[in-house]
Amino acid sequence: MADSGSEDIAVIGNTDLTPSESENNLKNTMAEKGTSLLKMMEISVAEAEKRTGKNAVNMQETYTVYLIETRPVDAASEGTNPVPDSLWRRYSEFELLRNYLLVTYPFLVVPPLPEKRAEFVWHKLSADNMDPDFVERRRVGLENFLLRVASHPDLSSDKIFYSFLTEENGWKETVFETGFQAKADSRLKALNATFRVKNPDKRFAEMKHYGDELQSVISQLLRVRARAADRLYGVYKVHGNYGRVFSEWSAIEKEMGDGLQSAGHHMDAYAASVDDILEEEEHYADQLKEYLFYADALRAVCRKHELTQYELEMAAQDLTSKKQQREELATGMIRTFSLKGMTSKLFGQETPEQREAKLKMLETQIEEGEELVKERNAECEEFVKSAWVDIERFKEQKDHDLREALISYAIMQISMCKKGIQVWNNAKECFSKM
Amino acid sequence: MSGSVVDNTVSPGNSSVAIPTDISGQILDLDEDDDLEVFSKDTTPTDGSSFNASMQTSPASMINQYKFEEDAEDTKDIFVTVDNPESHVTAIETYITYRVVTKTTRSEFDSSEFEVRRRYQDFLWLKGRLEEAHPTLIVHPLPEKFVVKGMVERFNEDFIETRRRALHRFLNKIAEHPIFSSSEDFKIFLTAPSGELSSHKKQGPGFLSRMGETVKAVAAAVRGVRNRPLEFTEMQEYVEAFSQKISSLDKVTQRIVREQKEYLEEVKESGPAYALWSQSEEELAEPLKNVAGCVDRCCKETEEQVKNLNDHLIPVLHEYVLCTDTLKAVLRRRDNIQADFEAKTEALATKKADRDTMRDDLDKAEDRLEWANNALKSDWTRWQKVMRTDLRSAFVDTAERNVSYYEKCLAVWESFLHSQRTDAEGNGNVDFS
Repeated sequence: MADSGSEDIAVIGNTDLTPSESENNLKNTMAEKGTSLLKMMEISVAEAEKRTGKNAVNMQETYTVYLIETRPVDAASEGTNPVPDSLWRRYSEFELLRNYLLVTYPFLVVPPLPEKRAEFVWHKLSADNMDPDFVERRRVGLENFLLRVASHPDLSSDKIFYSFLTEENGWKETVFETGFQAKADSRLKALNATFRVKNPDKRFAEMKHYGDELQSVISQLLRVRARAADRLYGVYKVHGNYGRVFSEWSAIEKEMGDGLQSAGHHMDAYAASVDDILEEEEHYADQLKEYLFYADALRAVCRKHELTQYELEMAAQDLTSKKQQREELATGMIRTFSLKGMTSKLFGQETPEQREAKLKMLETQIEEGEELVKERNAECEEFVKSAWVDIERFKEQKDHDLREALISYAIMQISMCKKGIQVWNNAKECFSKM
Repeated sequence: MSGSVVDNTVSPGNSSVAIPTDISGQILDLDEDDDLEVFSKDTTPTDGSSFNASMQTSPASMINQYKFEEDAEDTKDIFVTVDNPESHVTAIETYITYRVVTKTTRSEFDSSEFEVRRRYQDFLWLKGRLEEAHPTLIVHPLPEKFVVKGMVERFNEDFIETRRRALHRFLNKIAEHPIFSSSEDFKIFLTAPSGELSSHKKQGPGFLSRMGETVKAVAAAVRGVRNRPLEFTEMQEYVEAFSQKISSLDKVTQRIVREQKEYLEEVKESGPAYALWSQSEEELAEPLKNVAGCVDRCCKETEEQVKNLNDHLIPVLHEYVLCTDTLKAVLRRRDNIQADFEAKTEALATKKADRDTMRDDLDKAEDRLEWANNALKSDWTRWQKVMRTDLRSAFVDTAERNVSYYEKCLAVWESFLHSQRTDAEGNGNVDFS
């Protein structure tokens, strides 16, 4: 398929999100038909499979692979149903892709991957990565990730992303060839910048703070939900005992027998209904988790800003001190204490030739320094501009998605109540026949 | 007679039930009284606080609290309520008394209305008297002396209220019972001022004669019954099985209450979590606050539901657990009576001396046995009906309350949806299909 552009030009396109109607809750929140990529192809993560193979240290391991299917958009409308292109990827390749995107587009809020390990679990869900429920939810999460990237105005046109979707072999090598790993900032460097930066853009500082809060509240909510889910499970399941006892009791009664027996069935149905209820709630939890991880991505952008700002400040500071040195050297006045100054006092002044040489060197450095400051300044400005645009886009997306999530939570609760009403009305009828 | 009991369902010309002096005739006439269901639900005071409980005292309003099954004429002529617990402190002890109000049209009562105060001990005494007089009739159980498992302090409000309700049910079951309700002891319990009751209590069969009864019973139990009629064996098997089932139901229900309470503990935190989140948001603040409110409201409903289980279903189940002990005791007593008869029959066959006295004794024992068997048979049928009604209405009631609980929660979440829809339609950016 022809690639639309050969350069990675940032396309800041239409950011209105129009939700599409779909059964899948997660898909519901996206499908931005505005990007050129999604206009071209449909993307899905169709299946998951277990594989065994030898890993890097030549040991047997079991892992899961996911089938990525892509299909040209017009295929459906033509009426034909061609076999989609597909390839298998494992989770670590998704991680690689995301790391690449993070480094390459540090000014964008890069969509998060579904969690690596099951967290905020309640007792029924195993924390085992091989558990079929976990694998299924991860499949959905990975598809969601791909759709998010594909619907992002900038990320969707990335070539590495495109080949991730289309080229099974050699993709890893291609990624490494970009040399993105070298561009990654060291954690230490970033942490240092955070502490030392003097004048970060206020908006970014606020955003970072917001990211912290968002992470904290969603974590708390997920914890509470997991514990409550555990308890709710208990409540429903205990009712199953009613079913058993009613059934046994009905055996010794004559007139009451039928009513008891049928009431018992409804109690069993009630106890069983909690499984579906909690599975639906798991989708809701996944929606919250996505934004929990998004908070991290948001903070990453803010940290990058701090870093670029800090580097600008450092360059400017350096320039200032060099200019000062030049002045001191030119006028012979030593304003600031320096070791050189002291040693020269102790060991004698420099010769005029030496001074001349030094001055020249300084001039060069100052020239270079001014270039650097200009560069860094431009970088910083550019970063702030693009990042802020994406942050605004992200805000809108977040408000929309989370509102939808709350609404779907309410719909779930309603469905749960309706089931409860039905079961207990049925039970009541049976009881009245006792 | 002042203040006669009048309501729609009592036909004006209906005289009070004649109390037969010949009890055996009454036993054979035992009919199913549909109007027994009138008092099979416990009355709860509308304001729920035990120390200020004031029962609606007009029988008409009491009847209005219950649903009638299709009963044609109501021959209920005695209404008893237990309310208004009060604490009494003396030098030696502290105890609670309950007000017992009786309204009746029965002629053997001197008046149509009585109000006395009784303490738990008095109820115990009454129960004992009835059991003594009618060893093979089934007396409804009293609430236990104190609840050890729940670690409830004796004068805790909830405990007193639960006990009050149980005492109320107890007296009403007695009043509904064709034999017990005409007991002299019952009448005295309902009408005598406290001093009179105390002296009447002292007149009961003395300690020695009670000992004698106990010794006889033990001896009979040791002897064992030989030819127990099949129906009583079947009764015993049923009681065994029923006892297990009702016990299980009691346990299951208590477990449900426990699980619900633990669920509540957890879910109570989600409202505040949503509220906290809303403080960091702008656009999302309103829906988040709204959700927080919904979660809090549902929590309240859940608390209410738990309380209902505790106040309505569990006490009834618990009473029937106690009932099974009563049933086992009644069957044992019947067995003893039969064992006594069998022993006397044997004695007559083997011994030669005193044949006349022995034959006399034997005749009496035979009468006793026949009387006991018939009494038990009829009361057993009656008991089964009452049990069926009680448990049915307890479970129907529970189911209704659960439906109501879910309906209320449903309304809460639907109002949230509605608020989001009107918002969205106003902004024109959300699709709800």
